[in-house]
Amino acid sequence: MGIMTINGQRTTFSDENNVLEVIRNAGIDLPTFCYHSELSVYGACRMCMVEVEGWGTVAACHTPPEDGLVIRTNSAELRHVRKVSLELLLANHERECTTCSRSGSCKLQDLAQRFGIEHIRFGQRDRKSPIDASSPSLVRDPNKCILCGDCVRMCEEVQGIGVLDFAHRGSQITVSPAFGKDLGDVECVNCGQCAAICPTGALTVKSQTERAWRAIHDPDTTVVVQIAPAVRVSIGEEFNLASGQSVTGQIAAALRIMGVDYVFDTSFTADLTVLEETHELLGRLQNQEPLPHFTSCCPAWVKFVEQYYPEFLDNLSTCRSPQQMFGSLAKHRYSQDLGISADNMYVISVMPCTAKKFEAQRDEFQQSSRADVDLVLTTQELARMIREEGLAFEHLEPTSMDMPFGFATGAGVIFGVTGGVSEAVLRHAHEEITGRQPQPKAFEAVRGNDGTRRVDLKIGEQTLRLAVVNGLAQATELLERIKSGEESIDVLEVMACPGGCIGGAGQPIANNRQQTQERRSNGLYREDKTLQLHQSKQNPMVRDVYQRWLGEPGSAKSHALLHTHYGSRRRIQGESMDIASSKKPAAVEVQVCVGTSCYLKGSLKLLRTLTDQVEAADLTENVKLRGAFCCQQCASGPMVIVGDDVVSGVTPGHVPDLLQRIREQLELPVS
Amino acid sequence: MLQTTANRQLDILQRLDNLVQRYGKHSSTLIPMLQEIQNAYRYLPEDLLTHVATALDLSPATVYGVATFYAQFSLEPKGKYVIQVCDGTACHVRGSMPVYEAICKKVRLVDGKATTEDGMFTVETVSCVGACAAAPVVTINGEVYGKVTPDAIHVILDTLESRGDTADA
Ligand code: SF4
Ligand code: SF4
Ligand code: FES
Repeated sequence: MGIMTINGQRTTFSDENNVLEVIRNAGIDLPTFCYHSELSVYGACRMCMVEVEGWGTVAACHTPPEDGLVIRTNSAELRHVRKVSLELLLANHERECTTCSRSGSCKLQDLAQRFGIEHIRFGQRDRKSPIDASSPSLVRDPNKCILCGDCVRMCEEVQGIGVLDFAHRGSQITVSPAFGKDLGDVECVNCGQCAAICPTGALTVKSQTERAWRAIHDPDTTVVVQIAPAVRVSIGEEFNLASGQSVTGQIAAALRIMGVDYVFDTSFTADLTVLEETHELLGRLQNQEPLPHFTSCCPAWVKFVEQYYPEFLDNLSTCRSPQQMFGSLAKHRYSQDLGISADNMYVISVMPCTAKKFEAQRDEFQQSSRADVDLVLTTQELARMIREEGLAFEHLEPTSMDMPFGFATGAGVIFGVTGGVSEAVLRHAHEEITGRQPQPKAFEAVRGNDGTRRVDLKIGEQTLRLAVVNGLAQATELLERIKSGEESIDVLEVMACPGGCIGGAGQPIANNRQQTQERRSNGLYREDKTLQLHQSKQNPMVRDVYQRWLGEPGSAKSHALLHTHYGSRRRIQGESMDIASSKKPAAVEVQVCVGTSCYLKGSLKLLRTLTDQVEAADLTENVKLRGAFCCQQCASGPMVIVGDDVVSGVTPGHVPDLLQRIREQLELPVS
Repeated sequence: MLQTTANRQLDILQRLDNLVQRYGKHSSTLIPMLQEIQNAYRYLPEDLLTHVATALDLSPATVYGVATFYAQFSLEPKGKYVIQVCDGTACHVRGSMPVYEAICKKVRLVDGKATTEDGMFTVETVSCVGACAAAPVVTINGEVYGKVTPDAIHVILDTLESRGDTADA
């Protein structure tokens, strides 16, 4: 608490973290590139410089509020400092604004305008780095990077991964994945949060609108679109409507005008997920394993578990995400209703999410080389298509979605916000366990926006220990506590993005991220309230689907169409390490995994024993010994691969057995 | 020969492991580990860097960032002979650049590359090795040669080549 003077105005402050926040709360939009309240303070961009009486010029983001400070945010000197900083950034920045997808939402462009930068006195940079389009979700253009480090801190601090970091130094400095590799070849989980926070066009959502147009304009193709819950409360922002205002009807209308054949709701398959997942959960609770039950509708979270927590793979719900359930039903059942072949159907998802682009390409979701979901567009891309079509979105007459997959309950709609999946499943579980529907507010305890929310809920006789998490760094913390036995829970919901899908990286770029998320989530809860039904089971179209196609939740048919299994996954594509290479072409290749998981389980000792015994057995000439980095079977490590044989759980005691296998493969007499 | 490479690899893995045991799984153990690898191989192979990241629970990008920040580390394999030409002020004014060019020409280095195609020589410039009295100075695998001229360099390199692989580190 205290009082400061800002530009001659007395301003009270309370618990603000720094002078920058006090100034902004006082209504002055002090410019910044590198300050974000959810990340650590970096203080590199120098845009937030202010004059403090008695101290001189300081970075406001770095200065704690103090009673009696007298501050000026604008002076000839400060304007000069900002302009020079901007000019220097612009000199190094590829200024191809007209072809940049962030034109209009770029902070650099915005501040250059605000500070009236009319020419740049410094020369353009001479180096041009290649554009990295290897990721299914994002495009990285290092030529537009201003080295603010926002993405580095986002990936490290919020997602706990650290895919990106500064590399090299001086004029060579870049922000890059490990070893200068491409984003598609490293441990990135495609959440896109780095792109959502990047102030420029250095990291952007991969745009695939042309493919969508091609399908829509092809007369022989039936185009089926599904709209995720979170899209309806955010796309309006692109057309000057308030965030949180639900515009489902306008989206449907726009898509029809554009030429899409059927418009459906992913909330419908979310309802279906609720039935399948609750059935699965109740089974696990009954058998007491494997618990905790993990939700699996966030593809970034799934990839994260595959890479970092293979020991928890069986905890992941086998339910496909609502997006993939939709694709599967549309292609393999609904196409028959329409009397067309699945090959003539093109399924487009509109998602708030960049990781969904990756999910749709996963091997699990291709059938005879055709994908269940052909194309994933983000909210941003759909907005661009609507503008391309030339529609005045805000004036469109709302229309309803198509049947049968256009009908959703409130439970399916709240999937778009953190805690929503849990709440929807709890509502249904309550009915399954007690035979009664819950009170409307029974499970509101799971709502909120803290990174981790732990709640115990009583359903009938049963107490359910629940954790709702958003942000993968938070998930890591919780998983470590579960591993060490400090925490024990029954259900874990994880969404990688802050606030859940409404905060997805495919959503319109928001200036005030927290506030926008709050409005969007309020919008979804409001929609739940106004819809007639709040229990997924009551969805008449869902019942219909069970009657006609699936039987009942958890049936063999629903397993075939709506469930899957995930396996462990290597983090970085790279070579294995040569330990001892025989030049003989007939030599057997023996790989000992020294990836994280196997290393921790003692594979180094194993490697040493093996080398010694290979030598003792006089087999050195016949063996190519290599240290592999992750054989993607971490749960059963240490792993050894002898030729084509994969052997798991190997200890030094098993080495004689390995030698045996080597001899067999060499067709040597077995000793 | 086979066993030598195997032992060398296992040795370095063991030594890295010892460092982790000694200093703990902290980011401050990173530099000693990188130095260990650099000493053993004269560069930092990617696979070992991934291993270091794994062992310290750091992201590979962070390890890469540190490895590329310090000039003492190299990400590229270096030649058998690492020739460093001092280009500090004293050496520069005494003609270190003609010496540098003479070396590049002699070992047939092309296109601004630092290492010859046969992996024999790496030629780099460094700033002040602290032997200004003997300027211009060249070091070859750490051994210092003073008052070097473009002509002298031919003699030095010819002797090295005739000595064969005795200078193998
Ligand atoms: S990529 Fe974007 S967020 Fe990352 S450092 Fe560059 S400009 Fe900043
Ligand atoms: S998409 Fe997510 S995981 Fe990938 S680099 Fe960006 S923040 Fe990190
Ligand atoms: S916001 Fe203060 S230095 Fe960037």
